[in-house]
Amino acid sequence: MSPVQTTGDARTNLVEVTDLSVEFGEVRAVDGLSFRLARGAALALVGESGSGKSTVASALLGLHHGTGARVRGSVLVAGTDVQRASGEELRRLRGAKAAMVFQDPLSSLDPYYAIGDQIAEVYRVHTRASRRAARARAVRVLERVGIPDAARRSRARPHEFSGGMRQRALIAMALACEPDLLIADEPTTALDVTVQAQILDLLHTLREETGMGLLLVTHDVGVAAESVDEVLVMRDGRAVEHGPVTAVLGAPSAAYTRELLGAVPRVDAPRETRKADSGQGEAVLEATGLRREFGRGRRTLTAVDGVSLTLRRGETLGVVGESGSGKTTLGRMLVGLLEPTAGEVRFEGRARRGVDPAVQMVFQDPVSSLNPRRSVGESVADPLRARGERDEGRIRRRVTELLERVGLEGAHYDRYPHEFSGGQRQRVGIARALAADPKVIVCDEPVSALDVTTQAQVVALLGELQRELGIALVFVAHDLAVVRQVSDRVAVMHRGRIVEEGPADEVYGAPRDPYTRQLLAAVPALDPEAAARRRAARREPATA
Amino acid sequence: MSVFGGLTGFVLRRVLGAVATLFALSVIVYVVFYAAPGNVAQITCGPRCSPEQLHQVAQQLRLDDPLHVRYWHFLEGLVAGHDYSTGTSVEHCPAPCLGVSYQSGRQVMSIITAKLPVSLSLVAGAMVLWLVLGVGTGVLSAWRRGRTSERVLTALTLAGTATPVFVIGLVLMIVVCGEFQWLPFPQYVNLTDDPEQWAWNLLLPWLSLALIEAAAFARLTRASMLETLAEDHIRTFRAYGVGERSVVGRHALRGALAPVIALNANNVGSAVGGAVLTETLFGLPGIGQELVHAVNVVDLPVVVGMVLVVGFFVVIANTVADVLFAVADRRVVLA
Amino acid sequence: MSEVLAASEAAATDVSVPAAPGARPFWRRLRAQRAALVAAVVVALLVLVALAAPLLTALEGQDPTTYHPGLIDSARGGVPVGSFGGAGADHWLGVEPQTGRDLFARLVYGARVSLGVALAATVVQIALGVTVGVAAALGNRWVDQLLSRLTDIIVAMPLMIMSLALLAIVPQSFPRPVLVALVIGLIAWGNIAKIVRAQTLTLKGLDHVAAARLSGWGAWRIARRELLPGLAAPVITYAALLVPTNIAVEAALSFLGVGVKPPTPSWGQMLTAADVWYQAAPQYLLFPAGALFVTVVALTVLGDGVRTALDPRAASRLRVGTGRKREAGAETPDTAAGPRTAGTDPRPRTAGTDTQPRTAGTGAEARAAGTDKEETA
Repeated sequence: MSPVQTTGDARTNLVEVTDLSVEFGEVRAVDGLSFRLARGAALALVGESGSGKSTVASALLGLHHGTGARVRGSVLVAGTDVQRASGEELRRLRGAKAAMVFQDPLSSLDPYYAIGDQIAEVYRVHTRASRRAARARAVRVLERVGIPDAARRSRARPHEFSGGMRQRALIAMALACEPDLLIADEPTTALDVTVQAQILDLLHTLREETGMGLLLVTHDVGVAAESVDEVLVMRDGRAVEHGPVTAVLGAPSAAYTRELLGAVPRVDAPRETRKADSGQGEAVLEATGLRREFGRGRRTLTAVDGVSLTLRRGETLGVVGESGSGKTTLGRMLVGLLEPTAGEVRFEGRARRGVDPAVQMVFQDPVSSLNPRRSVGESVADPLRARGERDEGRIRRRVTELLERVGLEGAHYDRYPHEFSGGQRQRVGIARALAADPKVIVCDEPVSALDVTTQAQVVALLGELQRELGIALVFVAHDLAVVRQVSDRVAVMHRGRIVEEGPADEVYGAPRDPYTRQLLAAVPALDPEAAARRRAARREPATA
Repeated sequence: MSVFGGLTGFVLRRVLGAVATLFALSVIVYVVFYAAPGNVAQITCGPRCSPEQLHQVAQQLRLDDPLHVRYWHFLEGLVAGHDYSTGTSVEHCPAPCLGVSYQSGRQVMSIITAKLPVSLSLVAGAMVLWLVLGVGTGVLSAWRRGRTSERVLTALTLAGTATPVFVIGLVLMIVVCGEFQWLPFPQYVNLTDDPEQWAWNLLLPWLSLALIEAAAFARLTRASMLETLAEDHIRTFRAYGVGERSVVGRHALRGALAPVIALNANNVGSAVGGAVLTETLFGLPGIGQELVHAVNVVDLPVVVGMVLVVGFFVVIANTVADVLFAVADRRVVLA
Repeated sequence: MSEVLAASEAAATDVSVPAAPGARPFWRRLRAQRAALVAAVVVALLVLVALAAPLLTALEGQDPTTYHPGLIDSARGGVPVGSFGGAGADHWLGVEPQTGRDLFARLVYGARVSLGVALAATVVQIALGVTVGVAAALGNRWVDQLLSRLTDIIVAMPLMIMSLALLAIVPQSFPRPVLVALVIGLIAWGNIAKIVRAQTLTLKGLDHVAAARLSGWGAWRIARRELLPGLAAPVITYAALLVPTNIAVEAALSFLGVGVKPPTPSWGQMLTAADVWYQAAPQYLLFPAGALFVTVVALTVLGDGVRTALDPRAASRLRVGTGRKREAGAETPDTAAGPRTAGTDPRPRTAGTDTQPRTAGTGAEARAAGTDKEETA
């Protein structure tokens, strides 16, 4: 590629990245990446963690300058050569021509200043507008991103906003100077699925109205399918596949893309292996009228409010809900880690208080669920020792067996948790639960911290174990697709209550409750055309 | 819930908490000093007490009554004041009555109020100095991170934290007043009499008290600044082309100041401790010097009174800091 | 900007993942810091001197308490005879003005008192602080309320003032160094109790503790296996910072004449009269002041080093952008179900590793608490 051509393209191409490499010490995060983004176009960088996608986004704004990272190759953004630009030129690019929206809107805004003031500050840096004009501009962009009563709300500070509102505010900040390019780095990852749909719709509308280009960085193929024209799949810092969204997602050519797409759980696909006797077996775990309050007096918060459910032998009950729906609290009461304020849990027909090794749990966070100071073998051996097993040889044999059963090696016995990846640690957690010979395992978001390919493997393992050992599972998760994939029956939680419960196919196929319908409508589809249809459908009730 | 309402509630809770703490503090101090094993009357009155005086003290402290009655009497004096007999006449000790020194015959409260201006001058002036010096140094060394100027500042700060108040004071006094005679040895002059002389004479005491505190503040400010500079919202403003001066001076400093406010309140206590040393060293007639004297001659009512007065100031300072902290960061109120 | 995310993520899960368990990496990380290494050598030497004080003075042929009236000039108010305070082969550092006691002997015996009192006080502080902190965190609501309020009151007590007062009422017959150590230890344990309580609460909420409960273990075993090891790092860190503070407090009390009293030597006490004698006998000022300075600096640097070695993340999380990628981990940052909300975290500014209690500290130990969140690498 000749330099002449590069300058010529600067008029039509908003972004031109040529042979970009970024190294942090020994690690090469981005390795010879090239792509272009035309004016007004939208491109998604899709990849799992460690693929280097966010590093690329930062490189577009020259944010690696002065951090010790070595950046090579050329990066042209809106006519600015980011690699050679002076500090002043970079400042003029950032926010004015290319603006970035970050993942976590709460920590990305200054907690001490009013949101309107923060937007006004950014605006003034680039326009030399008066304080008053900048403030007015802030209110205008806040209105534009759909913040009701923007003049008043602009005086509030970030913590007084909800998660979705904060992300809107951050987008408003990005809009303040009418940039040509919006870089969105996992803009919806920290949000609930219904809020995610709203933010993606907002981004779509803004792009239609302003004609700005969009570079979306995401791990979620569904989010990409909803929002962009072109997809670039990244792995280990390189481009695996690049092309129009319909082509890449519809007929992937690279093996990795196929693997990635294959691993994505689909909310519209029924579960393949279905047991005929689902819902017929005897009850192992019964909860009646469970209620749990936190705090006292006026500040009482009812996390779970009168939940009754029955878990039958060998089945999987999915519990799905957004953050704050009380699903984790419910899970902890089922295993006895939390005592209910009212109601009771019956295990095998007997009322139970406290914990019982026959009811185990797999935790969400693969980091904190293993004691970092003890070898994984020791952690797995805990239930055996607690049961009174003293024969070291037998303990070691059993633990080795369990580790091998969950897909690890027996030799891992003496390793420590930090030597394992997230997926492996989750396997250790499963082995520890199995060591107690449980009748029931409650899985609390067991895969939400994992990449999608790892997620698929762990889900498959859980299914296998269940078939083999006949354990009843409660699968608590926020991800509707994953829950459908694993569950025989599904309970939908909303504000501490179960709003709908039934066989998975019925709940997903013909939801009765309006909240369930709303949730299902918000799940991003992998098919871009379907996504457009559903967007239109979501927009209708709003305009009606 | 309006934020203001939350804040008012928070302030109210804090104030109530402070009152409770003060009450508990008075109980503990009373029990430790007036219910200790041994002859309380003898300890209270001092080693050179006549038998008549001893009898009188025992009566005044109501040593024949059970402990809670005695404490109640003490508390009554604090709130309402009471009359006491000196043997020849009956005198009134107005509220808050902290008792009477049996060695000098004076009321403890009047001893303290006479000495308080000196100590307040010392601590207040030093506080201004240490805040300016400490926060300034901290911000500078966080900003100049990794450069030579930062290393020099860090070394100085370390030396500052490691030098006890009385060593700094000694060295300053010997060098400035002794060897080079740039300043006369400090003599306290009332602020109202001659403000200029007041300041000149307090300059060395201020410095010796402030340097060690300034070092502590510099360390805290630097750490706090670095932590804030690593936060996501700082990245946001950099990614939006906001200049480094505004990022550091406006956004990072604002976030970094909260722990500084908290430390400042805590340091009122340690500063009073430092003030005792400074006053003793420079011969300033403040409550610190008086306290050391009272301790040396075992004048218990004075000692107890001073512990309570200093405890009072520390609790107030902590409460004010909590409230300031909450105003600075309203998220605390939600807790 | 993934490394920024990684760093912030690491900070969020802080207590749960030390880079590696066990003592060996700790020593490796401690040795990697040159300043800490030098400080450790200095501290080791000081301890050696303190332990070998009788040996050293025997070598010199002196002892710390014998008066040498012949070596001072009583006509000139007690100034030592000879140049540089009478230093020479018999008295290596000269003699004390007025009494003629051997300065070297008093200095090395003073090291015993300084280090001994500071260490003993630290042991008392740690014992009380850990007990109260753990009890408050694990006890029910009432126990927690009671102990937390008690801690608040202890923290509100100004250390110097309270020590002065307490030292006044205890009979002189009580051995002074022991008394000073006890008084410091009994008054200044509030901060450590706060830190331990906060840390225990954090640890208690971690999933591996829940998992241990589900395994069927009893409360005592869980406390021992899952909680206490997690407390070691913050407690050792804080203790390392308490020792120099305690040395300074002891010196201050002795300087004021209420701490360690003659004939027992103490560095602070030696400085009491130094301002009178500095011209005639400068070594009488220089040596105790220098000894104090070197000891406190060395212990402070060592304490900082210990903290950095025990909690490398506190340091590394501030080192943003140097690109330490996460190891083979497969986690997507923050795909966790719940967005983090402000309301759940009462003190966002002080959450995380930094165990510094916000309302911590009266007296000089507030300084130690204040430096707690610092990064020294």
